[in-house]
Amino acid sequence: MLRLIGCALLFGAAAALAQEPVALKPGPGLDAVTSSCSVCHTLNYIRMNSVFLSPDAWKAEVTKMREGYGAPIDDDTASTIIKYLSASYAAQPKS
Amino acid sequence: MNRRGLLAGAGAAVLTAGSARAVEKPRWMSPQLPDGTRDEAVMEALPGKQGLIRLADRPPNYETPIDAFRTAITPNDEFFVRYHLAGIPPMAALESWSLNVGGEAADRQITLSLDDLEKNFEQVEVVAVCQCSGNRRGLSSPHVAGVEWGYGAMGAAAWRGPRLKDVLAKAGVKAGAVEVWLNGADGPVLPTTPDFRKSLPMDKALSDEVIIATSMNGQALPHLNGYPARVVVPGWTATYWMKHVNNIQISTKPLDNFWMQKAYRVPAGMFPVDHPFATQDNQTTWPITDMVVNSVVAGPAEGTRLSTRGFTVQGVAWDRGHGIKRVEVSLDSGKTWQDARLQKDLGPFAFRGFILPTGQIPAGDYVISSRATNNNGETQVEKLKFNPAGYHNNVPQQVAVTVA
Repeated sequence: MLRLIGCALLFGAAAALAQEPVALKPGPGLDAVTSSCSVCHTLNYIRMNSVFLSPDAWKAEVTKMREGYGAPIDDDTASTIIKYLSASYAAQPKS
Repeated sequence: MNRRGLLAGAGAAVLTAGSARAVEKPRWMSPQLPDGTRDEAVMEALPGKQGLIRLADRPPNYETPIDAFRTAITPNDEFFVRYHLAGIPPMAALESWSLNVGGEAADRQITLSLDDLEKNFEQVEVVAVCQCSGNRRGLSSPHVAGVEWGYGAMGAAAWRGPRLKDVLAKAGVKAGAVEVWLNGADGPVLPTTPDFRKSLPMDKALSDEVIIATSMNGQALPHLNGYPARVVVPGWTATYWMKHVNNIQISTKPLDNFWMQKAYRVPAGMFPVDHPFATQDNQTTWPITDMVVNSVVAGPAEGTRLSTRGFTVQGVAWDRGHGIKRVEVSLDSGKTWQDARLQKDLGPFAFRGFILPTGQIPAGDYVISSRATNNNGETQVEKLKFNPAGYHNNVPQQVAVTVA
């Protein structure tokens, strides 16, 4: 529902600005990332912020999106997104 | 010097996988940027703009190529673009724009048209640097999350319009006013996302230099630089320079929202400020406000092969309004420095151009840096003052070139 409202606002307000599709790495959770994150911003934000964030830092980003930016993402979906980002776009811990 | 810095891009048109369209890469991006940022960035011309370095298209975040800073005024069509939220009104919707001014600490509420702003108030002009708080975030070490800007999330223009204080006076400022709250016509995609609103402390809001600009370098503001009016807060980072400003509230209390209390914070006391923002301070962090003294080498470009006949180092320097006293240039990685010649003074909030012709120079490898000092005796730092949001990076650049 919120997503529909979002799309309506988006097309009403900013239809002139195109958004190019962004190909993220395949992996479990990609669908959740695509459908949740791209409501408000390009998925390019993920690739731009790579590869340097730790899994904990990605978790903090997802928390910021939920609590700071009000992204309507439930706990299960958040967990899926964090796992995807940690597997695909996180810096490996230094051994 | 990372070889990728020299090899990547170089103005080549490349094909992206799965696309038949030629994509132009930036001529140069700092090798200090994250690999993902360097891979993602492409040149793209927004409507009415020349090609800028696209970091993101939605919301639009585009930076100015570094060679534009050879001059102290940044042309409107090369000026960077930065939005937090993707709900941006199209030009057609902004034709019916008006500005409401009021609030609990105002005597009355007024509505002003663009015509009112341009004809019913004294018009003042200020040349001022508009620099994103996060400019150079991408160079932070270690890297921090956010839009990974290089050197180009900034520009300087001649801004013109009425003083904010004159507009506030029209609404009447009551005793008990503590902040001026700003809002613009752009907004979030989702209703659950906090609208981008910012506030100013009264002393800055009532200062002579803060204006509501309806003109930029003698022309209407470009759409994505805040058409038809934006707040210009000389000396302060661009987060306060509200674009498409359509609502100004004179308030009896501090603005308590994500954009003031959670975002745009620096560790308390880490950087020098002239205007305390006491209503937004807490024990550990302050809102980012005044810019730090800084400079950029706009040319020659990193990786260039130059002649023994010599070359010219040029760029701009700026600070938070004390004005630039001195710019030094080093050709040997900061071991020795010589004074550059300062160019025309366009005012304390402007870019100050600098230039240093080397004259005849022996063949070899050189690393060019610039270092500015302001009239308050502050100089760019040698070592990064790391902070979690990657703000206020004024470490001198290291521009490697070869003379042969």
